[in-house]
Parts: sequence; C-alpha cells; structure tokens
Amino acid sequence: MRSATPWSDVLSYLVEATGETLYMVGVSTVIATAFGVPLGVWLQLTAKGGLRPNAAVHRVLGFITDLGRSMPFIVLLVALTSVTRLIVGGSIGSTAVIVPLAVGAIPFVGRLVQNILSEVHVTVVEAAVTTGASTLRIVRSVLIRESLPALINAIGVTVIALIGYSAMAGVIGGGGLGDLAIREGYQRFNDRILWSTVAWLAVLTTLIQLGFTRAARASDRRRHATV
Amino acid sequence: MITVENLTKSFQGVNALNGVTLDVEAGTVLGVVGPSGAGKSTLARCVALLERPDSGAIRVDGTDITALDGSALRAARRQIGVVPQGDSLLRQRTAAGNIALPLESAGIPGPQRRSRVGELLDLVGLTDKAASYPDQLSGGQRQRIAVARALAANPSVLLADEPTSALDPETTGSVLTVLDRARAELGVTVLVVTHDMGVVRKICDDVAVLEQGRVVEHGKVLDLVGDAGSRTSSALLPAVDLNPINESSYDRVADVVLVGFAAVGALLPEASHRFGVELNIVGGGLTRLGETPVARFRLGLNGERSDSALEWIGEAGGAVQRSLKGPQGVAA
Ligand SMILES: Nc1ncnc2c1ncn2[C@@H]1O[C@H](COP(=O)(O)OP(=O)(O)OP(=O)(O)O)[C@@H](O)[C@H]1O
Ligand SMILES: [Mg+2]
Repeated sequence: MRSATPWSDVLSYLVEATGETLYMVGVSTVIATAFGVPLGVWLQLTAKGGLRPNAAVHRVLGFITDLGRSMPFIVLLVALTSVTRLIVGGSIGSTAVIVPLAVGAIPFVGRLVQNILSEVHVTVVEAAVTTGASTLRIVRSVLIRESLPALINAIGVTVIALIGYSAMAGVIGGGGLGDLAIREGYQRFNDRILWSTVAWLAVLTTLIQLGFTRAARASDRRRHATV
Repeated sequence: MITVENLTKSFQGVNALNGVTLDVEAGTVLGVVGPSGAGKSTLARCVALLERPDSGAIRVDGTDITALDGSALRAARRQIGVVPQGDSLLRQRTAAGNIALPLESAGIPGPQRRSRVGELLDLVGLTDKAASYPDQLSGGQRQRIAVARALAANPSVLLADEPTSALDPETTGSVLTVLDRARAELGVTVLVVTHDMGVVRKICDDVAVLEQGRVVEHGKVLDLVGDAGSRTSSALLPAVDLNPINESSYDRVADVVLVGFAAVGALLPEASHRFGVELNIVGGGLTRLGETPVARFRLGLNGERSDSALEWIGEAGGAVQRSLKGPQGVAA
C-alpha cells in the first residue's frame, strides 16, 4: 500500500484538470450557443403557428435535431474523429474534444431554445407583427428578449450537461476533471484524488448553476413587479 | 377611410366570413358587434393584415391592402394601428419601451422616438407610468398603453378587438375615452370589435352587426335607433313596455324615438300645444348615445287631432315607430 498523494499534488492536479474542463466546456458552450440558438429560432419560426410556417423545412430540421440528440455522446466522440482532425488538425487532446461536445450540444440547445421561444404568447408576437416589424426584429426584440431569463438558464443547463459529457473526454486524451477522477482516482485506487475531484465537481457545478441563475434574474425586468 | 368589399374567409370548411361589405368614413368610429362566432375577430384580423382573406378587398384610403407582400406589407401594417384582443405588451419592456416598438420598426431615430412616446403617454394619461413594466400596471392601464402603441406610428386607421372585454365598467370608461380622444385629436378612423353594446353607445358613430359571417345591419347609430325593427334600437334604447298600460284610456298609443337635445326637450310639449291634445308619457325613457340624448317614449294621446300630432312629430324629426292603436300608416 503506497502512501496517499500529498494534498499539494492533489491541488495541482485539480487546478490543471479544472483548466482543461473549463476550456473544453467553455468553448463548446459558445459554439453550441452560436449554432443552437439560431437552430431553435429556425425551428420555432417554421413551426405551425410560427412567423414563417413551413412544414417541410420544420420536419427536416426537427428530424436532424432529434437524431443528433439521440446519439450517445461516447459514440459521437469516436465517430467524429475524422471530422475533428479536419477541423482542429488533430484527433486527441482537449481541443479535439471540443468538436464532438459542441456538435452534441447544438441539437440539445436547439430544442431547449425552441421550447422556450414557443412560450412567448402569440398575441404578443402578433402585436409586434402589426407594428410592421421585420421578422429579424421580432426575433431579436420580442422572441429572444422576452425569453432571455429562460434562455440564460437553458445555457446554464447546457454547461452542466457538457461538464458531464466532458468526463468521457479521457477516451481521446482530452483530460479534465472527469478524466482525473476516472484515470488517476478510480483506476489507480487513489481515493484521495477520486473524492476530492468529486467534491470539487459538486462545488464547481453548484457555483456555475448559481451564476447562471443570478444572470437570468438580472435580465428579468419583471422582478421589479410590485405585486 | 376603410372599405371592406365582399370579404370571404373560411377555415377548414367553416365559413367565418361570407361576403362582408362595409365602410368606415374617415375620422369616425365603427363598432362591429354580433354573437360569438359571428366572424368579428376574423374580420378584425383580416383588416389587421394578420389573416389573408380568400377573396374580396380591403381598402385603406383607396388602396387594396389584401395582396401585399414583403416591405409593402410591413408599410401597410404601419398604417393600421392594432390593439389586439388580450394582453399583448412586452413584459420585459417598460410602458414607454412598448410604445416605442412601432417607431423602431419604422426606423425613427432615438430623440424623435422619445418625444413621440412622451406625446402618446400624455394622450392616454399615463405619463407617470412611463418607466413601469406591464406587470406593475392595472388591466386598464395596460390596455391604454396598447392603444398608445397602436397609435405611435401615426396610423390612419385604429383597430381594436374587444379592447374592454376583461375590464370593469369604470376601467372600460377610461379605455373608451382614450379611443375617443384618438379619433377626436388625431383624426384616425376607428374600427372596434365588441360584444358590449355599451361600447357602441359610448363611442361609435356607426355600427355593423355581424351574424354568421354576414353583415345583417350597418349604418349610423343615430339612424338605426329610429328604426323600430333594428337590432341596434332594441339593444340601445330604453324598453317601452315594461309596465303594461291600459290602452283603452287613450285614443292613440304610439312609440316615438327622439334624437338630440332639441327633439327630446321640446318636441312633445310643442305637439301637445299645437294640436290641443293631451299627451302622456306612459313608458320608455331617456338615454345617451355618445354626447347625444336619445329618448324612446311610449305615448298615450287623447284628443281629436291625435293622429295629426303624431304625424307632425314624425315630420319634425321624431321617429314615430308604431301606432299601437288607430289607423295604420300614421307612422313616419
Ligand atoms: N384559426 C381558425 N381556425 C379554424 N376556425 C377558425 C379560426 N378562426 C376562427 N375560426 C372560426 O370562424 C368562426 C368565426 O370566428 P371569430 O373568432 O371570427 O368569431 P367572433 O365573432 O370573433 O367570436 P367571439 O365573439 O367569440 O370572439 C368561428 O366558427 C370560428 O370557430
Ligand atoms: Mg372574437
């Protein structure tokens, strides 16, 4: 039985892995948002009763979205290796994980966004239509602005989910907190690393969740209501 | 000025509009009334350019707006201010921000936008609520903000679908006052859909009654009340026969409708005096349509020249609706 890893080493392990996780999750969240929000908007615009109803487009988009969502992440991770190599010039490491993470999250964000936008009441949208506003303006000033608090929360949910998925990044050498817990902790029977990583993950996700909840509240004008 | 010509619209086999024709003169208020399912909202949505009719034309100041697309459609929409049925304000924007929306759509720059929003807040009497969010306003205040928003881009037409349906009588009054000011101060042509005849009574110049997608009555409110058989008169005028009267004690019994201060105040005493007849009001009463006093009385007359008196009342502008007793043909 070897002696436990010194706490100072555990700390440096954690710092490094946290950096990798935040990098992978951060960049993939930005990409997933950049593509997922327009996807959600497009799904909602083409839906029945949407601003630009188009059954054919809606069905095709919906099919692709749901196909993407039903794909287990681990499959995506390996299936996308060649695509990843093409985009980032390599197929291992943290940067390589970003591609499958982002690709997996885009349909996830798309559906979340569509559901949220569909909650904006039809009379509110129609009222904007009658002002002669362009579709783009209605998307920005009405659909997105009216549901901004819910959208911010949805991005928070996405970040947490991506932290979970990124735990599988070790498979292609991506590193990160999940990889630390599995490889250094679990597989090497190093309980100190395993449990400190688990505890730190719990704290980290809670902090992130808290941050998004705060941001969502800050964006919600209705909180000023005097009721 | 709005002209609706032979408008039809059906939804999966349901004919919501069956050839609706009507017009609203510039600067007047038309009330569209009718039972539930008559097609009122469908008509309003067609005029608001939210629904495309199957056939027919809608002309605003002479131009047919039913076939427009793209930027021409958006420009036409700016000519028509709409107060939609139900809550329609952006909850994440202040009252002032909501009123500014049509101005943003029209590309009006910030400073001009702010001064215009100020004027409109003043028009609807909510200057002190500029920075309030919809959740902080009462239903009536929200509805007045919706009217201000509809008027922001200087439309020539204002369209309101059930603007008072969720409001109590007092609040209803404040919203109607705002609609009336819009017509009086801005000269807009107003089309208001309502199931409440009180709205017609208070602010409408004209009324159109819709039933099963057809206009079954259309005209000036003050003309229609003089027509005994009209739905408008039975809905707006005081009932005359609440108390059964002993008809045998009169030579003649007739219902008359009198419109305007002069007629209501002076016509009956004058008739009595001129023809030397005894003239009693045995039923009915006085009401007000907009600013105009209107009376429907059941008269009991005694005297040889009772028929001449009734005839004279008819010629002098009173609508003698029914001669309940005596020779027919006396009615004007
Ligand atoms: N989008 C739609 N799809 C299917 N049927 C519709 C639609 N809109 C209206 N209808 C039908 O058209 C008819 C007229 O409806 P409309 O809403 O115009 O009536 P309304 O006079 O406004 O009634 P209410 O006083 O209840 O508001 C009804 O039979 C209604 O069911
Ligand atoms: Mg209706």
